[in-house]
Amino acid sequence: MNKKNTFKTFLGELPKNLFSGFVVSLIALPLGLGLALASGAPPISGIIAAIVGGVITSVIGGSNVTITGPGNGLVVVILASITTLGNGDMYQGYLFTLAAIVFSGIIMVILGFLRMGSLGDFFPSSAIQGMLAAIGIGIFAKQVHVMFGDLDAKGSIIELLIQIPQGFFNFLKTDNTSIFYAGLIGIVSLLIMIFYSKIRNRYFQLIPAPMWIVVLSIGMYYYFEIFSNTSYPIDQNLLIELPNDILSNFAFPDFGMIYEFNFINAVISITLIASIESLLSIKAVDKLDPLKRRSNINKDIRALGLATIISGFLGGLNVVTVIARSSVNVNNKGSNRSANFFHAGFLILFILLFASELKKIPLPALAAILVYTGYKLASPENLKKVFSIGSEQLIIFLVTLIVTISTSLITGILAGIIITFIIHIIINKDVLLFIKNLLKPNVLMFTEDNIYYVSVKNFSSFLNFTKLKSKLNQIPETEEAIVDFSLCDFVDHSVMENMSNYAEAFTRQGGHFEVIGLDDSKSGSEHPFALRKILPKQIIPKQGVLTKRQKNIQQISEEMHYHYDAFSDIEMKELPVFEYFKTRTIDKVSNVLSTDNCTVFDVQFSEGELIAKQVIKATMFHLHTKKEIPNFTLDKEGLFEYLYHFAGFKDIDIDNHPDFSKRFYLLGKDEKKIRAFFTDELILFLESNKEYYIEGSKVGLLIFSNERLASVKEMKALSYFGSSLLKIIEKC
Amino acid sequence: MNKVNKILIGIAFSPNLKANIFEAVRMANMFDAQLIGVHVGDENDEKKESLRALLDEAETLINSFKIIWKAGDPVKVILDTCTNESIDLLILGALQQEKILKYYVGSIARILTRKAPCSVLLMIKPSIVRVACKHIVVNGLHNKKTEETIKMAFNFSNQLSCKRITIVEEISQSELQIKVNDDRTLRKSTIIKERIKNREDKRVKNILKEINYDNITVKTQSIFGRRGYSIGHYAKVKRADLLVMNAPDKIRFIDRIFPHDIEYILSELPTDVLIVK
Repeated sequence: MNKKNTFKTFLGELPKNLFSGFVVSLIALPLGLGLALASGAPPISGIIAAIVGGVITSVIGGSNVTITGPGNGLVVVILASITTLGNGDMYQGYLFTLAAIVFSGIIMVILGFLRMGSLGDFFPSSAIQGMLAAIGIGIFAKQVHVMFGDLDAKGSIIELLIQIPQGFFNFLKTDNTSIFYAGLIGIVSLLIMIFYSKIRNRYFQLIPAPMWIVVLSIGMYYYFEIFSNTSYPIDQNLLIELPNDILSNFAFPDFGMIYEFNFINAVISITLIASIESLLSIKAVDKLDPLKRRSNINKDIRALGLATIISGFLGGLNVVTVIARSSVNVNNKGSNRSANFFHAGFLILFILLFASELKKIPLPALAAILVYTGYKLASPENLKKVFSIGSEQLIIFLVTLIVTISTSLITGILAGIIITFIIHIIINKDVLLFIKNLLKPNVLMFTEDNIYYVSVKNFSSFLNFTKLKSKLNQIPETEEAIVDFSLCDFVDHSVMENMSNYAEAFTRQGGHFEVIGLDDSKSGSEHPFALRKILPKQIIPKQGVLTKRQKNIQQISEEMHYHYDAFSDIEMKELPVFEYFKTRTIDKVSNVLSTDNCTVFDVQFSEGELIAKQVIKATMFHLHTKKEIPNFTLDKEGLFEYLYHFAGFKDIDIDNHPDFSKRFYLLGKDEKKIRAFFTDELILFLESNKEYYIEGSKVGLLIFSNERLASVKEMKALSYFGSSLLKIIEKC
Repeated sequence: MNKVNKILIGIAFSPNLKANIFEAVRMANMFDAQLIGVHVGDENDEKKESLRALLDEAETLINSFKIIWKAGDPVKVILDTCTNESIDLLILGALQQEKILKYYVGSIARILTRKAPCSVLLMIKPSIVRVACKHIVVNGLHNKKTEETIKMAFNFSNQLSCKRITIVEEISQSELQIKVNDDRTLRKSTIIKERIKNREDKRVKNILKEINYDNITVKTQSIFGRRGYSIGHYAKVKRADLLVMNAPDKIRFIDRIFPHDIEYILSELPTDVLIVK
């Protein structure tokens, strides 16, 4: 029945996926042509990749609303591969590169079967940002010249960047009408790309910006053809070249170089970028999915690999998951994989029906689209974002960026990983922390009272994040999870960023995800993703950057009309009066929430002395009452029973409440007073609520749940319990 | 063989000696057992004197104290004594990493732990004043030794008046036989986990049937994680006072290079550890 229903929904959703696929194909067409051109490959190869990708991954893929096709990131590596392998002959280089693409597809299939989809986690996120920016700069540097109508600009990325002003002047001064008109179209196209999102006209927005560029340039061609006396001013060599008979003219890969170093190098770079780009996109698109489904990454990687192999044999580029086209798909209400299929179908239609029109598109128009994409990848805003997380992230970002631009992608990302690791060592002033604990399992997860509790030990960074991730992935997003870093010395930015992603995913599905144990840590900036080094307990920050937990506490303090002080230096003079603290020394109290008579706080205390010393952090609730309270302890597990025999405490059973007596251990000295204190109403209240440890003394009540820090949700529950208890006690 | 009749303690004249002796004497009295000390080295009056002074200062022993002086290789001497005297429990002290609060087992103690014919108690914090034992964590692995181990844990908790025992069933990831890829596999794995958890709980309940535990709060907890490692982490998180484990089945050379099971615990002791043989 379930199956039938899903099929029915699938059919019902077909029309909107058809539409969405159509809109996506409008972008995919110019982008496919442009990306292929920028890669130095024949323009049709981009379209082949999009078509094969759309067909294959929509049938056997593991994600839902992603669109696949040629990717931005690959432009730089494929161009490098074509240039080096071809040794001057671009077309021969392209054939060799096709072989490399086939191999990278095979590797991706293997990675998928080996469940290495998580490979992407081993790259620190700032390094990946740096790499993407470098790719953006690479695309930008080359395509700016094409946009000005200059197809012959050559040199390294840096040289190309330096030549940009010169290129612009050359364009202004040119007396070649062909180049002038082509450049003009390029600049107009760029303006369309830039201002498209600013023009809020419904009809204008119906067609995506890249398609406007295509439509306008083809329109211009027909203007010259039909209405104008002068012929089309743009020369043939500045127009797109498509094979005349598209269906029979497939290029076939040349496997002649597969044993050479350059070839292997190309295969590695292509695979690396293809998988990273796909993984990032799949993850990002999952966040956009309106139905909140989780993609099967490994299955998707396998499908992409297979699609890449087929595409390579047909003369197409790599197939990767692409973020921009996927988000257009989601925005146009694409809801399942059929949208990707339809996008491929429409591309076939376009190519077959409009081949002669497409041949009229000037190259600078497509280059303008890429210039814009390149700029987006490397925009200064990204730099600012990285800097706001911390200056050390900026260093990682810049080192990766500069090394990538001046050498190659692989060297760049390796440099990024190494510099990240070095920075982590410098921050911690400790190599051994990482070396000794790298291979140890460091994550513990168990469920307790239906809450998933995850404790992380030693350190948590990009190096061992997979261990934490594999545990977190086993928690259904509809549940409640608490991740405790208090046994961790160091948590890095990549992990923090991922934690925030998890929190988001849990919130979206109605669950709850919270990170605790970082309040005593030092961070470099105010950004929530900033890395955190846990401070030794001697240093007590008087002021510092609030963690997310502290910010949430601040928020609930306003809701509940409590006063909040994160770095309190109030000494809790009354705490040592409690029996619980007789054998424990209080180190410090922080995160204090208070009203006139209630205080919720995190307390750090130690048990034992010298080498037997254990440091414990816990969240507790302290209640002042006007009524006098006898000395007693009440708890579920009899934790204190043994201890308090010394103090002359004994177990007290309350008459007429056998259930209560059975469930709780009530201990105290003055039996008569305690019996008087535990009225029927109070017992009923305690029976019907969550079981807390409660201790009474002459300075009030001390209430807590576990001997660990509480999540914000638990804090709220605790203070609600406390204030209700207060009301009942005051009433009696 | 649950009864502990003879306790052996290695005596090295180190700064920790006093605490070690106090702890051992206390333990012997609680179990009503005979305490035997072994010193690897020559017998002399000065050492004897200081030992006597310490014993006088400590609680009075219910049973007699016997000391064996023997020179030679510490590992061999202690192992021989264990066999000759038919010792039931060997107490060893752990070392602390400099500055940080992490404990590990020294090389000699490690060999002893592996080779000893009797149960071994590794103490991370011997103390002169008694620190009450409040929470014992014991493994509930699916293993033929487990029953004995759990009984031993209850024996200890009775003798030490500990009121709380948690039996931890470590279930290795491979037993799940399903990897979480997407929502569907996640649902499946959650169901399978629940099933395994119930099965393990049932198994442990079966063992518990034969044990009388009126005054003790017993809880079972299943953890999905690396064997040997996760129980230590759990004991640390829950701040247990004693962790009771099965002795490993067999340790080959390769196991020391790729640590697993008990080796994790030995390299970073979460608390006092009792290894039941």
